[in-house]
Amino acid sequence: MPPADLSTPDKARAHARAQAGTNVRAMPTIPASAAKDLPAGVAPADVVWDETMAAGEYGARVLRRGTRLRITNVAADGCASLIALNADRPIERLNVADTIKVQWNAYLGAGKLLLSDMGRVLLSITAERAGRMDSICGASTEASNARRYGSGETHGRHPNARDRFMIALAKYGLGRRDIPPNVNFFKAVTVGEDGGLRFGEAPGAAGDFVELRAEMNVLVAMANTPHVLDPRPRYTCSDVRVTAWRGPVTPPDDPIRTASPESVRAFENVEDYFLS
Amino acid sequence: MSFAIAEPPANAPTVPGAVVYDFVIPARAPWAHVVKQGQTLRIVDLEGNQAVDCILYDANDPAERYSAAETIVAQQNIFLTTGTRLMSTEGNVLMTITGDTCGRHDTSGGACSCESNTLRYGHHTKHQHACVENFLDALGRRGLGKRDMTGNINWFMNVPIDGEGALGIVDGISAPGKYVDLRAETDTLVVISNCPQVNNPCNAFNPTPVRVTIFE
Repeated sequence: MPPADLSTPDKARAHARAQAGTNVRAMPTIPASAAKDLPAGVAPADVVWDETMAAGEYGARVLRRGTRLRITNVAADGCASLIALNADRPIERLNVADTIKVQWNAYLGAGKLLLSDMGRVLLSITAERAGRMDSICGASTEASNARRYGSGETHGRHPNARDRFMIALAKYGLGRRDIPPNVNFFKAVTVGEDGGLRFGEAPGAAGDFVELRAEMNVLVAMANTPHVLDPRPRYTCSDVRVTAWRGPVTPPDDPIRTASPESVRAFENVEDYFLS
Repeated sequence: MSFAIAEPPANAPTVPGAVVYDFVIPARAPWAHVVKQGQTLRIVDLEGNQAVDCILYDANDPAERYSAAETIVAQQNIFLTTGTRLMSTEGNVLMTITGDTCGRHDTSGGACSCESNTLRYGHHTKHQHACVENFLDALGRRGLGKRDMTGNINWFMNVPIDGEGALGIVDGISAPGKYVDLRAETDTLVVISNCPQVNNPCNAFNPTPVRVTIFE
């Protein structure tokens, strides 16, 4: 149906204003405190971010130290690609190689840390239900999406994660050089003895989630795009929801902090950083 | 700094091509050089089991750089050897491994740093020399910097991942004289840290020189 007569600024304004109140599945909750279906024990007044991204969409946020972030696999087939940087000094960023090397394991999950390149903890992984982290395969690119789906540009039908990161970071004054290697949630990849990759095709369950805790002031950027090893010929990705809420700074006796000598020193380095 | 030798030394490398550059990187030192499209860089593990950390950049647009994830996904395998295409962040091929007498190389374990050393071994290691120091040194001399740091290759380093995901730097499988040949598919800035790490087996607890030869 063609729009009504929009021949004057007043009519154009009325037309624009008439659109308010539209609700779609994938949008931010503004104000965040109006978010529904919160995790148990979370008070609405403590919610600082609540947003759902559909396939190809992205979000970014600064999370203050102590903030908890739940990433939910709303309809069982999302793939959340995530990067993290020190919000106060973004030249410090997530270092996936240090993360797996220092913790002696390539498979991350609840109880593990996401480390920066400066020997500090950006985020702890505090809880999960089938979080299925992949630390190996990285983000989709324009080239990888063009190969599988026929195109990969941001303005097209198959946006890629790497360019989403670039645009997200651009809004914080950062650029291509600032995109670090990322982790992926909700699609697992394992390595065989010969070094070969195995993509876990078994579907998850609606409501699967991973929960992270900011141990510094962290800038996170997240893109919801199909995993680079996903063999399906159609661009397939279901909604991912992020909900973040305020919380206290991690105390010295926290079990994730004290889990290993390496984790203790990582948290000590964080405290040392906050002295200045 | 790196120096091209004017006269071939008495022990000139035997490579399948005309030598345009030949240098022995001292133990613990950084090195960087542009390898032009079509040229091949040979890195020789002179004394055996010396980890050579390495990052590649498109010489004409260094914001496009080596991507471990792209490289692993392109071949569906975490180990680098003959035939591996060393991929960029934008999905282009920077270099191809055309020869490998060692067997396999790592791109998962990252580079040692003063900062990560304090996590791995203790704060007493803070002032030991480390690969990230070398990378920042080499990058700084070329108008690049910490923003250009990213996940790297470790030539001659052995990092298996077992069935449970357990990962670690273990005794190397290299030996004196083993080498890799890397053919540049585009003008590539190759930055190397001849790893100075002495707290794990990556250099057999003894950092040693390596040789770099460019031929065409």
